Amino acid sequence: MTRTMKMSRTSQTLSRGALHWIAVHALAVAASLFFVLPFLFVFLTAVMSDDQALTRDLWPRTWEWGNFGTVWETPGFLTWWRNTLLYAGLGTVLAVCSSLPVAYALAKFRFRGRNVMMMVVIAAMMLPPQVIIVPMYLFWAKQLDLAGTLWPLIIPFAFGNAFTIFLLRQFLLTIPKEYTEAARIDGCGELRTLLRVVVPMAKPAIAASALFHFFYCWNDYFGPQIYASENPGAWTLSYGLESFKGAHQTDWNLTMAATVLVMAPVIVVFFFAQKAFVEGVTLTGVKG
Amino acid sequence: MSPVASTVTPAAVPPQLRAKRRKSALRTLGFLSPWLIGFSVFFAYPLIATVYFSFMKYDGFADPTWVGLRNWKYVFQDSPFFWPALTNTAWLILVMVTLRVAFGLGIGLLITKIKTGAGVFRTLFYLPYLAPPVAATMAFVFLLNPGTGPTNTILAKLGLGTPDWFNDAAWSKPSLTLLALWGIGDLMVIFMASLLDVPKEQYEAAELDGANAWHRFRYVTLPNISPIVLFAVITGMIATMQYYTEPLVAGKVASGVIGGSGQQFEPGYPDKSTLTMPQVIYNLGFQRFDTGAACVVALVLFTLAMVCTGILMRRRSGFMSAED
Repeated sequence: MTRTMKMSRTSQTLSRGALHWIAVHALAVAASLFFVLPFLFVFLTAVMSDDQALTRDLWPRTWEWGNFGTVWETPGFLTWWRNTLLYAGLGTVLAVCSSLPVAYALAKFRFRGRNVMMMVVIAAMMLPPQVIIVPMYLFWAKQLDLAGTLWPLIIPFAFGNAFTIFLLRQFLLTIPKEYTEAARIDGCGELRTLLRVVVPMAKPAIAASALFHFFYCWNDYFGPQIYASENPGAWTLSYGLESFKGAHQTDWNLTMAATVLVMAPVIVVFFFAQKAFVEGVTLTGVKG
Repeated sequence: MSPVASTVTPAAVPPQLRAKRRKSALRTLGFLSPWLIGFSVFFAYPLIATVYFSFMKYDGFADPTWVGLRNWKYVFQDSPFFWPALTNTAWLILVMVTLRVAFGLGIGLLITKIKTGAGVFRTLFYLPYLAPPVAATMAFVFLLNPGTGPTNTILAKLGLGTPDWFNDAAWSKPSLTLLALWGIGDLMVIFMASLLDVPKEQYEAAELDGANAWHRFRYVTLPNISPIVLFAVITGMIATMQYYTEPLVAGKVASGVIGGSGQQFEPGYPDKSTLTMPQVIYNLGFQRFDTGAACVVALVLFTLAMVCTGILMRRRSGFMSAED
């Protein structure tokens, strides 16, 4: 009697558990459709022939892989790539190198005005870039004659980047004092402590902040629009992609092929650095 | 200096200690120097200049001349773009930010419940967030275009209505909201992490008290993650105030007026429905060369963003705290 009751109870919870499993996974599959279908339709259109791209067809009749080649060979496309890599690559190296000592000081030094300093960093991080763009443009264009290049976007990164400082500091706070103090007792100066002790421990945070910065530059549209739009030789992928659509008004297939080529590198990088990335996102919001 | 202070410093401090203090102050200054320069040149100076220009008439060529409050009056009374941009921003904060937080929380909850293939689902849900905004916007304008877009093709096959999405002033903001929900990855990860941090014992205790799923969510989950919800709402508001690339590119691509086609793009297509404050700044400052009025809008944007930041810093003191 008791045994059968027990049995039926386990089978009941089992079936409830199974129902729960089915409900959760059905919901997950439904959600996946919402996230994946846009990618799929963009890709399917990217490999359609010119004629078919003008129809309402969803599935390509012939697979025109050459569309990607056509986009690649469009005048300017390689220049946009090179410029984007320069902006994102150099910008990231400069931003991380210049932000690290600032973040270290804000996390580990005791000095008057440190809280004010931290408030200033957060305010700068939250400040919409458009607020200061007018005088900033006048500064770069009129004083330094650098309009039409990407230097007005790259040079400021040599002087610390608020978001990078914030992210690195949040991580450096989690390094126990004992490590830095031990190094100090061993006679290391602060700079050597930072380079020899802190940097090796902070590798994941440095990787995450570098990735974020790289993606920020890669995705940036406003900056290149302001400073580089007057000179097609300085356009980046994000800015060039829009003009590509302008030049191929009705050819959705080529525009989508170009879109795929702009999205792909970011997604490839993500697959290689997924862990660092997710860690970084949580660091910005949850920790601290 | 008060007499009390002068008896303590600097005479009372031994010279060695003074030298040490000076050295450590110099060291701190050295470490902070990139940011001290960066902040002064790239934030403080242009902010002051923005205030200055807001009272000036300046077209970028002739010398600026003082016009008092005329730019302010122009922006608030006569500009055809300012108020539509502000009401659009309010709409987007009310609808888009709210839906994004709710959806992000929902997807975060879902992820924590998935037993099989959680890693795959997490990656799939996260990927759209990484798509560069210009590319993602371009993709959505294509997906939702009334002519050949797959969305309307499928909706028509299902016998449902086929709106004009980005080409209809009533649907353009909902279309942007759809795009914003697609890129939910950032909020998903933040909510997921905070949900996993909720102490298990609290759920077990609630279950013993006979709480059902809704009660557990309402009385255990929500109170535990409310700081993160607040964080998501406020950063979402700030992001919405500076919403630029998506509405601009959507308007340009949907209207067909893109750089190089010879026409000047009138921001906010269709019918000012996608106009946001940064677009007004760009239009005034870089298309009409009305530096003064552009700086007025910039200062409005600045004030609103800083109010939000202030609330965030007060509520999330963890942002500021440091070890001592």
